[in-house]
Amino acid sequence: MAPNIKIPATKYPVERFTLGNGLRVVLSPDRSAPVVGVAVVYDVGIRSEPEGRTGFAHLFEHLMFQGSENLEKLAHFRHVQGAGGSFNGSTHLDYTDYFEVLPSGALERALFLEADRMRGPRLTEENLRNQVDVVKEEIRVNVLNRPYGGFPWLKLPPVMFETFPNAHDGYGSFTDLESATVEDAQSFFDRYYACGNAVLSVAGDFDVAEATAMIERHFSDVPARPAPVLPDFAEPDLTGERRESYTDRIAPLPAIAGGWRVPDPIATFDDYLPFVVLAEVLTDGDASRLVERLVQRDRTATSLGGYIGFMGDEYQVRNPTALLLQAHMPPGGDAAKVLQTVDEELDRLAADGLKPGELARTQARMATRALNETDSVLGRALPMAVLELQRGRPGLLNDLPKLISEVRDEQIVAAAATLRPERRASVEVIPGAST
Amino acid sequence: MTKTLPDLIPDAPLNLPPEAERTLPNGLTVIAIRRSSVPLVEVRLRIPFGRAPLAPATLLSQALFTGTSTLSSIDIAAELQAVGGGLAAGLDPDRLQISGNALAGGLDRTLELLAGVLTDATYPTEEVATERERLVDHIQVALSQPAHLARVALLKRMFGDHPYAVQTPAPDAIRPVDSGALRDLHASRVRPDGAVLVLVGDIDPEQAILSAEKILGGWTGAAADGLVPPVPELKPGALLLVDRPGSVQSSMRLALPALPRTHPDYAALNLANMVFGGYFSSRWVENIREDKGYTYGPHSGIEHFVAGSSLLAAAEVATEVTGPALLETLYELGRIASLAPGEEELEQARRYALGTLRLGMSTQGGLAGLASMYAGFGLRLNHLPEYSAALAAATREDVAAAAAEHLAPSRAVTVVLGDADKIESQLAALTSVERAAVERSTE
Repeated sequence: MAPNIKIPATKYPVERFTLGNGLRVVLSPDRSAPVVGVAVVYDVGIRSEPEGRTGFAHLFEHLMFQGSENLEKLAHFRHVQGAGGSFNGSTHLDYTDYFEVLPSGALERALFLEADRMRGPRLTEENLRNQVDVVKEEIRVNVLNRPYGGFPWLKLPPVMFETFPNAHDGYGSFTDLESATVEDAQSFFDRYYACGNAVLSVAGDFDVAEATAMIERHFSDVPARPAPVLPDFAEPDLTGERRESYTDRIAPLPAIAGGWRVPDPIATFDDYLPFVVLAEVLTDGDASRLVERLVQRDRTATSLGGYIGFMGDEYQVRNPTALLLQAHMPPGGDAAKVLQTVDEELDRLAADGLKPGELARTQARMATRALNETDSVLGRALPMAVLELQRGRPGLLNDLPKLISEVRDEQIVAAAATLRPERRASVEVIPGAST
Repeated sequence: MTKTLPDLIPDAPLNLPPEAERTLPNGLTVIAIRRSSVPLVEVRLRIPFGRAPLAPATLLSQALFTGTSTLSSIDIAAELQAVGGGLAAGLDPDRLQISGNALAGGLDRTLELLAGVLTDATYPTEEVATERERLVDHIQVALSQPAHLARVALLKRMFGDHPYAVQTPAPDAIRPVDSGALRDLHASRVRPDGAVLVLVGDIDPEQAILSAEKILGGWTGAAADGLVPPVPELKPGALLLVDRPGSVQSSMRLALPALPRTHPDYAALNLANMVFGGYFSSRWVENIREDKGYTYGPHSGIEHFVAGSSLLAAAEVATEVTGPALLETLYELGRIASLAPGEEELEQARRYALGTLRLGMSTQGGLAGLASMYAGFGLRLNHLPEYSAALAAATREDVAAAAAEHLAPSRAVTVVLGDADKIESQLAALTSVERAAVERSTE
């Protein structure tokens, strides 16, 4: 084994300020490529949507692209792409993001577009009905017409959690989507899309003074509205194992996913981080514990993944969340056997500890992944915006490779010891299609 | 109060990153590019694999890292991880490609492990058996995915008996492939002659080439002839309707003739494709998604293989509007093929095409992918300014001519996969339809 490689760090500059109307701003200049990333994140997500309106946070995200005060329908797309850029948005459990990446000469245009919809989207019956249809097709593509659709991110939460915010289907039922009204959308905007509930972040090729002036020019007249009170979605931990299964009529082979609650990712970050590393120790690559055992040795699984957060966003999720393991199995695969083997391996890790070099090599690979993600301007603008929104700490992005490398063997062992079967929720996919 | 959209500041000239290139005595070309944004290095190795037998080649790509005479699969994975590295192999009809990255300080070690696999892969029986079963299972899952099944049917229709017609092996063709077959295939095709290694990252290009030469110089041997014959012309005929009972959407696919990247009219064709359906602000997307709500993500793009290029348009549409969605698709193709694009919509497409080139070059991974893909077609990064100039120069007339030649709906090969009992009459109202069952066995 080669001697331990030094884990490098990034030193992206971070400037923070707050406009008079309460909008928080993060700037991270880097002039090494002539491109710029702009992100606006709002502190509302799937967990905040009202009962009877499953899927509404995501539907509303679509409506934010349908025009605003100075922009007709289709104008947002055309202005971003006609500037040589790309755009998108995404809805998560705890936040919703909107972003553009563009040649740097288009920065002010992107800021104009974001400010315009922050003042208010054009909410019309026609656009709402059109986007309900589009979202239904999105759900058909990603969930209903494909094997393993929504597995496990939509299928495991109702097994693990009791309360509506944590347990419900974030893509939404067709009935709820079709029931959505323009009034619902207006009140959702009024309540959650306040500039005091948002962060604007810009990363890439710009001058800080010039960008600051542009931001003041376009955002300072967005009316000040306070952020709503942040809800607490906490639930008690499981008191006994939970196992469910369902038949996927398209899937040809069985699969299983299990999850365990982990410490609060924000309030107790130091306790949480070892679980992030543990997920990689267990599942990252052919030399990881569970891949070696389940895929290579026992052949009880054909592929295996482990991560934290139902949407894989371990540094951008609030409490409660979980460490997830998912395995696809060969024909006739035995889910109970896979879970039992996972328990054996966790026991072995908790009892015998790590092998020499096992943690260091996992940390080195995690550092590569983290650094690779920050190489794109959006890979900085987006996480910095969310880290500001949820923690007031955008610079955490620079610190992560080092913090990951400082996690110690005994912390991994202690984390593994908490992943007991009686704290686990799992869901099995029973194949409904013949092979 | 009406506010005014801010103007764009014009782009600075395109800046190419520093690079070095050398073809080693063993025939391997090494291209090393410096972009020091993060302390990593990206690795791409493309080995010509045209006309390789499909089932063994696919299994070889899955089993390449299962062992050498000195290291087990777990040793290889662990040693790579120790320098923050990871490598994986994949296959397309032209090439075997090995891709990955590592901490920049781990470049030499990563190349040593790569060299070990290239010169000394042993394909241990047990590990190959595991990978074989995994591959069969993965293909079973692919065969339950509508997008995959639609592509299988489309390729068959496009390419007939050309080697590109089948790109995924049937499970039954994989089951008999053993370690010996993989060792034979490795010996004849995993060779440096004609291969291209691209390294991009926080590296000194000259130094990186010296490292590659020292570490990979011992990889030798002549390659078998992998020349793929030119693709046949598309033969438009009846729409092929592939039945997938119970499908809640229809997968619509159209293939049209296209040009290679080096053709003088390629930039004009690419702009015509953009205006039609190549990006969100295109006519097709604005029509069938934003106006009619038939679909979530329609897209068209030009797919290049070494022996030929094609323009592919794809949309997953609601079952009940499959006919109307085809109608609008044929209308938009007919419109772009018959009438010159508007001045403004062409400028918008042009700026998008030029902008995305810059965005694509702005990361190590983007540069590595671009340089490796270009190299596969005999091009280098200096093609970027040439291509940018061609995009900037293409006129409405050029774009109209390229569209008339390539985007005419009468030239399309069309496949629709869906619940045939529910969609056949909708489609038959518009064109002649030939119905088929899903082909699960692909060879």
